[in-house]
Amino acid sequence: MPEIEIPVGPQHPALKEPESFRFEVDGEIVKSVDIRLGYVHRGIEKACQDRTWVQAVYLIERICGICSHSHTTCFCQAVEEIAGIEVPRRARFIRSLFGEMERIHSHLLWLGLAGHEVGFDSLFMYAWHDREIILDALESISGNRVNYGMNTIGGVRRDVTEKDVDELGRALDLLEERVKYYTDVALNEATFRSRLEGVGKITREQAIDLGTVGPTARSAGVDVDLRRDDPYAAYDEIPFRVITADGGDLLAAAVVRLGEIEESLKIIRYIIENLPDGPIAVKAPRRIPAGEACSRYEAPRGEDIHYVRSGGGDKPLRVKVRAPTLANINAVAQSMRGARVADIPIIIAGIDPCFSCTDRMVRLDDVSSGRTEVLTWAQLSARCRASR
Amino acid sequence: MDFLADLFKLLVFPGFLFVVNFGLFLEWVDRKIYARMQHRVGPPWYQPWLDTIKLFTKEDVIPEKANPFMFTFLPVLDLAAAVTAFLYLPFGGFSSVNPFPGDLVVVVFFLTLSTLLLFLIGWYSGSPFGRVGSLRAVTQFLAYEVPLVLSLLTPALLAGSWSISTIKIVMAQNLSRFLPVTLLALAVSLLSLQGKLLRVPFDAPEAETEIVAGPLTEYTGRRLAFIRLAERAELVVGAGLISNLFLPFDKVLGMLGFFVSCVVVVFGLSVLRASFARLRIEDTTLISWKYLIPFSALGMALAIMVRG
Repeated sequence: MPEIEIPVGPQHPALKEPESFRFEVDGEIVKSVDIRLGYVHRGIEKACQDRTWVQAVYLIERICGICSHSHTTCFCQAVEEIAGIEVPRRARFIRSLFGEMERIHSHLLWLGLAGHEVGFDSLFMYAWHDREIILDALESISGNRVNYGMNTIGGVRRDVTEKDVDELGRALDLLEERVKYYTDVALNEATFRSRLEGVGKITREQAIDLGTVGPTARSAGVDVDLRRDDPYAAYDEIPFRVITADGGDLLAAAVVRLGEIEESLKIIRYIIENLPDGPIAVKAPRRIPAGEACSRYEAPRGEDIHYVRSGGGDKPLRVKVRAPTLANINAVAQSMRGARVADIPIIIAGIDPCFSCTDRMVRLDDVSSGRTEVLTWAQLSARCRASR
Repeated sequence: MDFLADLFKLLVFPGFLFVVNFGLFLEWVDRKIYARMQHRVGPPWYQPWLDTIKLFTKEDVIPEKANPFMFTFLPVLDLAAAVTAFLYLPFGGFSSVNPFPGDLVVVVFFLTLSTLLLFLIGWYSGSPFGRVGSLRAVTQFLAYEVPLVLSLLTPALLAGSWSISTIKIVMAQNLSRFLPVTLLALAVSLLSLQGKLLRVPFDAPEAETEIVAGPLTEYTGRRLAFIRLAERAELVVGAGLISNLFLPFDKVLGMLGFFVSCVVVVFGLSVLRASFARLRIEDTTLISWKYLIPFSALGMALAIMVRG
């Protein structure tokens, strides 16, 4: 049979965001894949330069709809480092608390999507149904379900009350039971298991060479977790286990993520039992002294890096974001070779991709003439209409 | 007048209008059960009709790479094949439009025709997703067709006839004796029917997240509505056939019995749909040849032993 080119994306039901994957397939076997990023670049880094430090926090929060807290914490840590601000202990605990709640809802979201990608929509509906428990808890504390607006430079904006702690405790009991059930389903339901086992496999060496981060790296047996390796917020005081697995396939990824949910539940329990008293924020200056800093954060999808430079003004000179998906996307290209067409969506979903967070500006050169041009928005849309 | 009566039979009852509406009703039953099993509310009873009406009012598009004649002709033929198959089914006290010894084979033939038409639909739509989906549909056809036919032949063996109405009479008379014997064949036929109708876990040919909609990817509007109606009609024929051969309640309950046994069949199909992840196409073939076919053969052997 001749080789067929199957385009997955920019628009495709398996992708929740536009990104382009072009597969050369021979029957049901993938021969090669060409990944093209750049369909949802939003220019947030540049836009941050036109905003004050505090305004930039709100924009940074909107980089990702799932790990919104990760990005703001990462950004605030960098700014606090430049300005030499000491964040109060209670604020650091609350940052960790939200980080873990975010991890739970992100991993449950992944589990549901993984079910959907392999056609197991019942798991999708169940996982997202129970994800509401943690989203409701987030809403009752912060007032919002996904963009919590908790972080500010110098601490957090809202306190966690006794009432919140009680409600959260009840939510945790419920979740713990449900997560046990999902772990059982994911590891023992024959059809679901057969769709994950041995699929999207990378070895430990490949995981290191390709620079993978987060659950993708941990599922291949690479023992990395910034919460332990480079503690931030309150993680230096909190006992927890780093979950790793050996398989390197998607079953291992599921094991790692489900294990991390259980671990996060324990961390949250520790935090609400040991929440220190004190102020939740210190006042940050309007102008941040000149300097630069790089901050790292273990987001649910892996290591998030923010680089911030200040010129001493009330606006950042440069903000640079490296979201975890960019580090993991190479693992997708690697494990795609020789994969079956049926496994394409679950392999892409396996790294829990977040494309709009990751996207870079792409410059397309006209290869035939070597000419580079700069287009205005009006010219670009006129050209798009002409090619339709 | 004969001509008008025939036309009425073809177009209204038990032909086109009845099959299509009953199919849409069964679609609602399926969607509602599926939704309730997933903690969802599910659609109101009239939703399938609204969906169909909406499709008929949508923009009419023929892709540049598609063959325009085949693109239009095949969906119509698909619906015609499925509706014609139903004409050969007796139900609810009515005999079929044209009963003759051997009509079981004709119904199975029309069901097979639908699958082959689906292959052509995907092949001529000029889309890579359509082609991959078509190839998968044919591969899957090789997987479930044999167990489906073998399990449908089990009641035929018990009754010693190829005529659906005869099988039905014999099965209804000896229901308490024959139903336990045919349970195995009933299970196999439900699973194979699930494969025939391309539903989870056997929906690889239409796998949404992999190949968009498989053979139907390029379709929209009226033509898609025709294919969807044909799929619903196939559901009616499949459920009706199993109901006639295995669960002939309508000998006792009349029309209500037919509805009840069809809903029972659809309930079984919905539970299957809600409990599994999608199988890869090679796993479908493997499961079919490793389990379904041996079990259907076993079912036949049981029937032969009981009949003596």
